[in-house]
Amino acid sequence: MAVTSKTAPAAITRPSAAAEKPPNKYRQAFPQYAAVSPFFILFAIFGAFPVLFSIWISFHSWDGIGQMKWVGLEQYRYLLTDETFWKTIGNTMIIWVLSTVPMLLLALVIANALHNATRLRTFYRIAYFIPNVTSVVAITLVFGSIFSNNFGLLNAFLRSIGVGEVQWLTSPWGIKIAIATIVTWRWVGYNAIIYLAGLQAISADVYEAAKVDGASPRQTFWRITVPMMRPVILFTAVTSTIGGLQIFTESRVLFGDTSNIGGPGDAGLTIVSYLYQSAFIKNQFGYGAAIGWALFILIVLFSIINWRLIGGNDDERLTRRAARRVERRIAAQNAKREAADVHANVD
Amino acid sequence: MSMQTSTERIRTAVGHIVLMFGVLVSLFPFYWMVVMASNTTPDIFSYPPKLLIGSHLFENMGKVLDNIDFFGSMLLTLIASLGVTVLVLFFDSLAAFAFAKYEFPGRNLLFGLLLATFMIPAQLSLVPQFVTLAEFGWIGSLKALIIPGAANAFGIFWMRQYAKGAIPDELISAAKVDGAGFFRQYLTVGLPVLRPGLAFLGIFTFINVWNDYLWPLIVMTDPNRLTLQVALDQLNGIYGTDYSMVMAGALMSVVPLIGVFLIGARSFIADLAAGAMKF
Repeated sequence: MAVTSKTAPAAITRPSAAAEKPPNKYRQAFPQYAAVSPFFILFAIFGAFPVLFSIWISFHSWDGIGQMKWVGLEQYRYLLTDETFWKTIGNTMIIWVLSTVPMLLLALVIANALHNATRLRTFYRIAYFIPNVTSVVAITLVFGSIFSNNFGLLNAFLRSIGVGEVQWLTSPWGIKIAIATIVTWRWVGYNAIIYLAGLQAISADVYEAAKVDGASPRQTFWRITVPMMRPVILFTAVTSTIGGLQIFTESRVLFGDTSNIGGPGDAGLTIVSYLYQSAFIKNQFGYGAAIGWALFILIVLFSIINWRLIGGNDDERLTRRAARRVERRIAAQNAKREAADVHANVD
Repeated sequence: MSMQTSTERIRTAVGHIVLMFGVLVSLFPFYWMVVMASNTTPDIFSYPPKLLIGSHLFENMGKVLDNIDFFGSMLLTLIASLGVTVLVLFFDSLAAFAFAKYEFPGRNLLFGLLLATFMIPAQLSLVPQFVTLAEFGWIGSLKALIIPGAANAFGIFWMRQYAKGAIPDELISAAKVDGAGFFRQYLTVGLPVLRPGLAFLGIFTFINVWNDYLWPLIVMTDPNRLTLQVALDQLNGIYGTDYSMVMAGALMSVVPLIGVFLIGARSFIADLAAGAMKF
């Protein structure tokens, strides 16, 4: 670096001093500190400071322009009694369950099929991944027309097979199903690709043992594949939870009306939609900040629940457990086969 | 393969049928977008619905250009996406290079701090971020879209994992012997080796910025300077009844990005999956 070359002549004039005094390790690491500093500087300004500032804002009543008025914990007290807020939590939870459960199950099925397919692998992967890189706004517009009550493709189909129409975009459940469908459609492929990587990381020996043992594909899937995929499933569960709690664009674009961004009866109003509505449409900045903190607490809570339910065990223990299960089954199978042989001999 | 039993062959066939059905579901909305963008609005409203591609695509695209400044929005979005991508690639790879390959006091503490920032959801600080940018006078300007996202924890984490395995220590030692300083080591040793990793992070960042909706919706308040996503939403809000035009706009906004994605899709998908396995 420039620093060392400039200090070199000075070192020559006082060689003994330079040799005795150990170089300052912090000053020596200056280039490294400089290299990592852009992130930390940007984070301080646009990440850490706003987080602290949002606590301050949430203790105030403020329209963003005028005087901030200190209200203490009033925003939080109101939040706990605000029916709309609880409704948005309910909406978000329902949409999250309606999207995450089918999404992860379908992803697992697709990943398994992809793992076994030897042809068209690249084609499949790209075709499944394209929904994820497509803009949510554009695709929500398409789904909005498919789900449209009067002229939507889905209702036209339902009418033609004699089922009758469903009021997708005006009924509370219809709205949630429509939003959950968009989310599922966008993320199944993404999760399938990640599960596929998980599948490929499982050693072939385990499958070989199961095959020798005569396990059916279904048994192999549920008794070996799923347990060994636990860390990967945990990753997708945590990311889908965080993503699910932050759903916004789908419902915002589906009901393009700024005065009623949650759709009829606020049935599609999510937590983030409510935050957006409170802060940026109604100019209640203090309340918006308080909703942000409620969201943060929910995300932390749900991540912990996920961790407890799915994870919490280290990979090694899981691998050993799966291996032990295979061994047990082989032993049982052998015993049965021996018994069958005995029978055959008797016959 | 030749030893395949008939049950295995059936299983393979069933697998392909399942996968093909999934592909149809994945791609159908795109087909439907084209169908709606190429028919007239009365056609779309008719029953039974038109299921085939029509002949009004260019007419509908023309209407989009008449009603919103489509290319202006596209240029703005392109500049923002490229701006963020270039800065992210530089800052993230530089930081990742330092974290992965050098010992310095406080390194682990700083990296731990960086990982901790993953926990904070973006929406938590939406309100104060807006206030901060308003204080800077950045609302409505490109700076609001580019600067806050110019370096991110995900990219540094991802590139560090990549750099650890990809850059041989011997090359750095050799560069040091040659008298190269840290930045020169980064340029001559780090960057060339990191190139495949940069390709992934670049596409990933570009797509995310291009598709982002909430942040530009809040900070780009000037109706003449909207990103493509917000402009498209506005087109729907104002001319929502002209379905075929809105769909033409949606199609026009989606095609360039899918093009960018398809160029690097193969290695991009592999890198993304590999990255997820490292968490």
